[in-house]
Amino acid sequence: MRSLPFLLISLAIAAIIFVIARLLQNDYVFFAGYTVLQFVVLATAWNILGGYTGYVNFGTAAFFALGAYTTVFFHKLYPLPIPLLIVIAALVSGLVGLGMGYLTLRLRGSFFAIATLALAVVLQTLIVNWDFVGGSRGAYVIRPREIPILGSYIQYLFLIMLLLAVAAIVTARTIERSRLGYGFATIRDDELAAEAAGVPTLKLKLIATMISGAFMGMAGAPFPYYIGYLEPSSAFGLPYAVNSIAMPMIGGTMTWIGPVIGAVLLGVIQQVATVTISSAVNLLLVGVLLVVFVVIAPNGIMGLFPKRRKKSAP
Amino acid sequence: MSENLLQVENLGKRFGGFVALDAINFNVQTGERVGLIGPNGSGKSTLVNCLCGTLTNETGSVHFDGRNVDGLVAHQRTRLGMARSFQLPRPFVSLSVAENIRVPLLYTVDARKGLHHMKPAELHDHCVEVLKLVGLEAKAHDSPRDLTQVEMRKLELARAIAAEPKLLIADEAMAGLSQSEVTDIVALLIRLNERGITVILIEHIMRAVMSFSQRLVVLVSGRKIADGRPDDVIRDPEVERAYLGQ
Repeated sequence: MRSLPFLLISLAIAAIIFVIARLLQNDYVFFAGYTVLQFVVLATAWNILGGYTGYVNFGTAAFFALGAYTTVFFHKLYPLPIPLLIVIAALVSGLVGLGMGYLTLRLRGSFFAIATLALAVVLQTLIVNWDFVGGSRGAYVIRPREIPILGSYIQYLFLIMLLLAVAAIVTARTIERSRLGYGFATIRDDELAAEAAGVPTLKLKLIATMISGAFMGMAGAPFPYYIGYLEPSSAFGLPYAVNSIAMPMIGGTMTWIGPVIGAVLLGVIQQVATVTISSAVNLLLVGVLLVVFVVIAPNGIMGLFPKRRKKSAP
Repeated sequence: MSENLLQVENLGKRFGGFVALDAINFNVQTGERVGLIGPNGSGKSTLVNCLCGTLTNETGSVHFDGRNVDGLVAHQRTRLGMARSFQLPRPFVSLSVAENIRVPLLYTVDARKGLHHMKPAELHDHCVEVLKLVGLEAKAHDSPRDLTQVEMRKLELARAIAAEPKLLIADEAMAGLSQSEVTDIVALLIRLNERGITVILIEHIMRAVMSFSQRLVVLVSGRKIADGRPDDVIRDPEVERAYLGQ
């Protein structure tokens, strides 16, 4: 399947999801759905670096918060429409991703992971001490109650995140099947051999961190409007880093569908648990599921199915 | 006499206090078949790594195809036409055999063409051609994990050949293979040489080296101790001493 039909089908599915959500006539569906979709974007973004090239990024929260605080910054300065904020957030996080990649991609394995974790700490410290965006007190971002055409504002946010999820998925899938995807796979398998085969590994890794970071930032951009009050400790929260690693791992990191399955599965379970048990149980659930999957399906849900090989084109 | 394709001058490499390579000088002419031998730990693989850009040499310089390649990283040297196989096969295990071949085609051969990208059909033909050359066409869709040792070695060579190199450096392409398999690979390398590819063969199996090489270079403890016609070199007393002890 080429990219255009895939894009159209994804948009059609997104439209169906949106219509169904509206038919339920319950704003809570949009609230919960938004969070699940946000994790679809984060997990897909994480997987572009972590799954395709094999570089484990513990700094998801940093990029996410960067997107969120970009919005807060402009909200204080001059409120812009959310789609524009998303574009700005993508640029900011993409550039930070590029910078982080340049500084850290010479490290491998756990050293790279630690460096990304350090990035999150550094950024959080900066934000905490930056008064303009609220510092450690946090910032209020009052969202409009209504929006033309759609009605309630949460539906608008949901729709934006839905489209962002489509964009992330289509991007991931396109990469997977492109020259870039082959290059990423060789980096994951054997960097030395990749270089010997002519793959410019550093350049490709920088591209991966940039795209991955940009999408994480995009996922964060509408967040202040969703949450209403943003403070550093929630924006840089552990759940973002843990979930965006756990979801692709559980779904399967080799293909675009893995993170989507993982995010929908874990995201829905977490939302149900939040309502029925307690929000505190969320991370516990992630931990338990991760252990279970490491034992019974180390390659994730997609790894349970034998890989189909294309017979037509080698 | 044809011109030099590879010129190594005073190349030196140390790891901490250990001198791995000490002022190595040697040339390889276009179209030549050179054997590089030496006992374990003599610096053969380090030399290959320095030539290919995997390691950086501290002293000396490497000229390839008329230009200085010092400071170029591995993939740039591959694109200039210097391809290598690894001592221990390093296939891309999450890709199929055919896809393994596709990588150098996409990233080296295609990259050389600049904006004129290969069409999918062309890419496919190239891929099949390389696989046929090494006799792996039946395994095209298998995972490298399912290959036998000799097939893995062939894939390793095939991936280097797919980059359409001017110089192929085969680092112990035959270790652990049976006699007939060794003959197979030597025949393959000679076929490649006949197509105009210059080959440096690093090998322990003397029978293979002797039947393949037009010239032998011997390394011992990071120094070059002999360089010349194979028959002369193996009679060199210093070489005998290095291999057999005094």
